[in-house]
Order: sequence, then structure tokens, then C-alpha cells
Amino acid sequence: MTAGTLLLDAAARAGLYGLMVRTSGPQIRGGEAAALLRLGPQPLATLDDRFDMLLAIDWQNLHRFADEIPLGPASLIVGDSGEGEAPEALLASGAQAVALPLKKTVKGATGAWVNMVALGFGGAIAGLPVEVLEEALRASWKRNPQALEANLTVLRQGFAFAAGLEGKRPQPLAMPAVAPAGRWLISGNEAAGFGAIRAGVRFVAAYPITPATEVLEWLAPALTRLGGTLLQAEDELASINMIIGAAYGGVPSLTATAGPGLALMTEAIGLAVTAEVPIVIVDVMRGGPSTGIPAKSEQSDLSFAVDGLPGDAPRLVLAPTSIGDCLTTTEWAVRLAEALQAPAIVLSDQFMGQSRAVVDQPPATGGTAQRLVAAANTPGYLRYADTPSGISPMAIPGTPGTTYTADGLEHTEKGIPSSQATDHSRQLDKRERKLMQYDYGPRWADVEGEADLAIITFGSTTGAVREAIARSALQGVGLRLVALRLLAPLQPAALDRALAGVRQVLVVEQNHGGQLLRYLRSRYDLPGRATGLHRPGPLPLRPGELTAAFIDWAAVQGSREGRA
Amino acid sequence: MNDMAESAALAAADYKSGYKPVWCPGCGDYGVLGAVTRALAILQRPPHEVAVVSGIGCSSRIPAYTSCYGFHGVHGRALAAGTGLKVARPDLTVIVAGGDGDGYSIGGNHFLHACRRNVDLTYIVMDNHVYGMTKGQASPTTEPDWDSKLAPGGTGVRSFHPLVIALAAGANFIARAFSGDSGGAAEIIAQAIRHPGFSFVEVMSPCVTFRPEQKDWKQSVRRTGVPETGDPAQAARRIMTDDGFNIGVLYAGDRPVYARERAATVTPAELEAEFAL
Repeated sequence: MTAGTLLLDAAARAGLYGLMVRTSGPQIRGGEAAALLRLGPQPLATLDDRFDMLLAIDWQNLHRFADEIPLGPASLIVGDSGEGEAPEALLASGAQAVALPLKKTVKGATGAWVNMVALGFGGAIAGLPVEVLEEALRASWKRNPQALEANLTVLRQGFAFAAGLEGKRPQPLAMPAVAPAGRWLISGNEAAGFGAIRAGVRFVAAYPITPATEVLEWLAPALTRLGGTLLQAEDELASINMIIGAAYGGVPSLTATAGPGLALMTEAIGLAVTAEVPIVIVDVMRGGPSTGIPAKSEQSDLSFAVDGLPGDAPRLVLAPTSIGDCLTTTEWAVRLAEALQAPAIVLSDQFMGQSRAVVDQPPATGGTAQRLVAAANTPGYLRYADTPSGISPMAIPGTPGTTYTADGLEHTEKGIPSSQATDHSRQLDKRERKLMQYDYGPRWADVEGEADLAIITFGSTTGAVREAIARSALQGVGLRLVALRLLAPLQPAALDRALAGVRQVLVVEQNHGGQLLRYLRSRYDLPGRATGLHRPGPLPLRPGELTAAFIDWAAVQGSREGRA
Repeated sequence: MNDMAESAALAAADYKSGYKPVWCPGCGDYGVLGAVTRALAILQRPPHEVAVVSGIGCSSRIPAYTSCYGFHGVHGRALAAGTGLKVARPDLTVIVAGGDGDGYSIGGNHFLHACRRNVDLTYIVMDNHVYGMTKGQASPTTEPDWDSKLAPGGTGVRSFHPLVIALAAGANFIARAFSGDSGGAAEIIAQAIRHPGFSFVEVMSPCVTFRPEQKDWKQSVRRTGVPETGDPAQAARRIMTDDGFNIGVLYAGDRPVYARERAATVTPAELEAEFAL
């Protein structure tokens, strides 16, 4: 993992873009793990179909995630000369295998690590200059200087190993003459945390859970420096109710969790709906249901996020479409929650959350969140006034003359508990209306292209879909992309415009049941006969297989057209 | 509230909203409402600077009966909501209130962690040893042989001792009060609010509907004759050995209060440097 992180950092220093995905065996901490890197001259939102090189320090338990590391005849498999042959499953790909004296190189070199040999070699294969690799190692070094020198020496030795592999090694990348300006190196979890802060979040309650913990761990010191607070809660029931309490007190508040935590938070999310308290929950999705596959990605909390509450409970559900977008979408979610006094769920996932990438600087969306607050001593103050917009001014504790009791019980406009039909229907209408009437602007989806066949997707799958659409275009198949960022409330009028002229749609997502397809069908009349392409995690949808599927699908639609 | 009213002394009545409680005639919770409002009058905290936070149950209806800011949340999570509120808004006086089922059963875990976290708030439990809102089931403080429809012949489960658990978990102030002695309870609650850190006041508050025998509590309770202690061992002995009818402050400690540095030393824009290449 360290070598991968340093290789990505070196590539960034050389002016490249890059993506590093973490994968590991079934354990969450310790044990076998792999850093999956893709480097290139343009921003990269997805892994490619095959890896050019697999470099293994040892072969132990590789089978646990070998299916996540596809290789081909042009790939290079590198192992340690003391570890024996590469596993048969890998060699079956037709890749060339070489053995290098990785461990032997560090023998006798006090303080030198074998992964620094790997870093030198891997960097050379990618085409990076040795100086940039050394610079990356120096910048990250926090231990004693002698050991740094030892590691720089073995890094150079590793770099030199690549020279003997002419004819076997993959083509090195061309280094850009000038590094593109305005790039960031960030993970999706860090981006979500920073987006929250940019929008004004100053209270976070946290309960650790894979793969969301890094959102919280990044926020803890950042909030301290900003004069805010992160409080470690005893469980998710506490963390969600703590942020509701803090947000009721006027402070924009957030928590981050994954499926099992979100399940525990359900009752309190309903409280935030009914009591109209703005909160944001970042759900970094992992394989489910139950404890599922904690450290692997899946887009299978969608149905639960949009529908999983007792009662009629309108809420906001958003999904970032890339690692950089984790920042922008979380920022937007905080703004929407505050503006609409409603809970917002941000559906990130393990792929975006735990991957680190060189991205173009996310755009500044400007300004912190604004909540409509009641003025002091408002005559006849009604906390839950049934206004035309559905949004009613919220009194912040400490304000004189507007005291009220926020309530999870159905209530009158004043906030007094009521079981009367008129109060219930009036408040249900109000809570739905405030979300439906709001002008969400163009950010609700990324809509690209004019073709009459459309691919609808959301979240991290967008990266692979976008790349597959570009590849399909090269083969003469035009497709339109609709990547939803605002999943709830669904925007039928905006969808009408985005899908104008579309004959057929294909809905692509990473889950077993086709949750997005079912959701769209239940709320919207999709054109043509909508079909789905979905597969559960942990295997990512790759651009190559999507391209093949899109071209097949488009051909079928074309022949249908021909028959018609 | 106009300037004249603000400059005048606040009376207990100024802390009441005037809404008619859902409580049965004779319910002990009326006495607790009286005690809370009298305590706030003793402290002269303006109602808008006080937040009363609760969960679910008969006693959890109390926020709306005050003229303070109120939060009536979900069952068992009042301490979590109150903790978030107080940590985010340390300028407010936060009172968390509820019943024995809400606090010791569904909310039991939050009770433990609120005691050990020691955030500066006051937790008032109106304990009547029964779930009243759902018409008479055994709670964690109910006697094991108390007969009910849900547990015919009794639960057979030993009852919970909230005071000693609070002490063991680290509560900084522990007291027992009686709703029938509203004046005494007001004094104790005022002292609890003044005391730094997590203050826990267990109020014996009879349920005249489902536990009519609790009407006899007024004959059994007595103000404790011993001075309050800051020694946990001494407090533990007292709490473990008394008959449950001693009213007064049983422990007042000086543990460090949960607090966070609040001064901002960076702006969000300055944090960007961490990511920019």
C-alpha cells in the first residue's frame, strides 16, 4: 500500500493523472492487500480492463483477490526470485512472468524495505524518471536519515532492474512536458469530509465503520482546527441523534457510516424528516446486506436510502459521480439539507471513498449553507407553518420570543402533538412540497450527448460508463449519458428534458437486484422498454465489458427499429 | 418577551407553556414539571437559553409543557440528542428528561456513556417502575415479581439500580428526589444544573394509574440526614445500603468536564493546501 501510494504521488509530481484503488482479502485490517493503479495523461475515473503489470512481493493468499486483477498476454507478472513460480491462475492469462531478486536486494541494507525496490521497479515500468520517485520517497519520509539513504539506494536498484526487460515490458507512459495546473491528490473519503467543511459543517458525531472511517478520521483534526467538534459516539444510534441535537441547535452537522450503520440510524432519520432538522449522512456503501463484504464496493444501499423508512418520509438522496465529485456533492448535500430542513443521504461507496486519485481541482461552489431562521420575538411564531414553499423559519435555541418544541410526533403548525387527520395531511403535504418545489438547477445529473439511446447510471459506476460510451463512439455507436446525482426527490421534468428524443434506455449499476432500474420504473415512465445491466460487487464494472455490452445492446435496438 | 419583563425576576410560572399535559390526574410528573420550573426560577435562566430534551413515554412529554426550547425525539435517544446539542451549543443550559423505560432500557447504553463522557448537562429521570404510555409493562426498575399482562407473575428479573450504575460509570453528580416534595426536588435540580459535568437526578414519580401502591411513597421518603460527599467509595456504600427512600444529593464529584477547544486556527480555504499538487 505504501509503495502504491508513493507511486501515485510520484506520477502526480511527474504531471500525470492517476487512480489507486485498494483491495484486500476478507480481513479488514492487516494481511494480504493490493494497490491497483492506473496512470495516464488524462483524469481517470475507473480502472482499465487489464493491468499491464502485476508486481507481487509474495504469492500468499493472492487467490483471494486475483479475480480483481485481470491480466492479458501483454501483461507482465513480476515476482520475487525466492518465492517460486507465479500461481497457475495468473499464468493462464498468457502474461509473461519474470522473477527479480526483490528481497535479496534489501538483504544487508539496514533499514531498507522490499517495497521500495518494488517502487523503483514499478516506477521505471510506468516510465517515471528515477528523480521523481526519489522525490516522492523523500517527501513522505518521517524516520531517520540513514534508513532514508538505504531505501533510496534500493529504490534505484529496483529502477535499474527494468533495464534488463526490453521486449517483455509494457510500453512506458510519455511524461508531459508541463504538468497541468490545478490538480489535487485526494481520496473520496477525504473529499467528502472537505466538502462538508466547505459547506459549513462544524459538528460531526462518529462511530467507526469500514469503509467510512477515513471520512471521520480526516474530519477529526480538521474540525478542531476550524473551531468545530467531532465527537466519538457509543454507537450509530447515538451518532445520528447527536447530530440531530446539534443541528437543532443551529450548527450544520453530519455523520458518515456504511450500510449496517445506516440501518441503525433509520428511526432517527425519520425523526429528522418529521421534526424538520437538517442533517447529512454520508453512506460509504459496501457489499451488503448485513455485515456483508465490509471492504469491497457495491451500490446496493440505493433502495434503502430512497425508500427505507416507515411512514411517508421525503428525504434527499444524492450520489457523487467521481472521487472529486465526493467533495462537490457532499457540499451540495449540506446546502440542500440546510435550505430544506431535511435529512440528506450521500451515497458514496468503497471504490470512491478509499481510492486515491489525481483529480482536477473540484470547482468552488461558493458560500456556506443557509438555513431560513426565525427572527427574535416573531409574533405568533409557528415553527411548522404551512408556507407556500413548505419551508418554515426555524427558531434557533437562544433566540428570545420564539421558543417551541421540535417533535417527532405528528404536530400542528405550532409544533403541538396532534393525531388529527387535517394536521397529519397538512404536514405530510408540507414536507413533500418543500422538496418537490425546490429548484435544484443543472446539478441534478450529468447529461452528455444527443444520441437516441441512453445509458442511465449513478455513483462510481459513472466513470466506467463514461469511458465505455467514449469507446463505443469510436466504434460508431452513439450513446447518451444520464448520470443521476440527485436520486431523491426524482426530477421527472428534468428527466423529460434529459431523455427528449431517446428511444431506449439501459440502466447500469453495481448491485444484484437492479435497484436503480426498479426505482426509476416505480417513479417515472422511462421511454421504450428499459432494461438493466447490473452486477453485484466486489468486481467493478469495467469499461471494456461495458463497451461490448453497449454495442450489443445498441445493435439489438437498431434491429428492433428496423423491424418496426 | 419585552424589556420590562426581562428585567423583572422570573417566576416558576414564567417557565410553563400553559399546555395541558397528557398526564393522568395525580401523576407524579406534575410535581416534576413544577420542580423543574421552580429550579429554573431559582437560577433565573431566561427560558430561551434553556433546552429541554426528551425521548418517548409519559414523562418525555415534559419539554412542551415548559416555555423553554424543547426537543421531543425518539425513544431512548434523548441523552444522545442532548449531548449533541450541548457540545455544539455550550452556551445553552441543557436538561434531558424522561422515564425509566426510556433511559434505562432502550436508552441504557447512552446512559452509561453519558455518565462517563461527563458533558455539562442535567439528566432527570422520572422513575415510576413502569411503562405507563403503553399501559403497564415492567421496566428495568420494576420489582421481579410485579404481575403484568406482558409478564404474568412477574419478569423474574432483578431490578436495575440506576444510582449505583451512574456512580460506577462516572456521573459527576447523583441525587434522588421525590415528585411529592416539589420544593425539595427544585432545590436538588437547581444544584444539579449548577454542578459542572453530567448531573443525574433520579426522581421518584408515582404512576397512580398502573402502580397505585406508589401513592404510599410519600409516607416512606425522607430527606437524607447526611452531608453530600465527593468520595465515590462513601457514596457507593450509601447508595448500596439505603432503602431507596433517602432523598437528597448522594454524590457530588469534581471530574473534568467534557470540553473542546473552540478557537479556529485555520480557514477552510487553508485546508486545501493538503490536497493541492
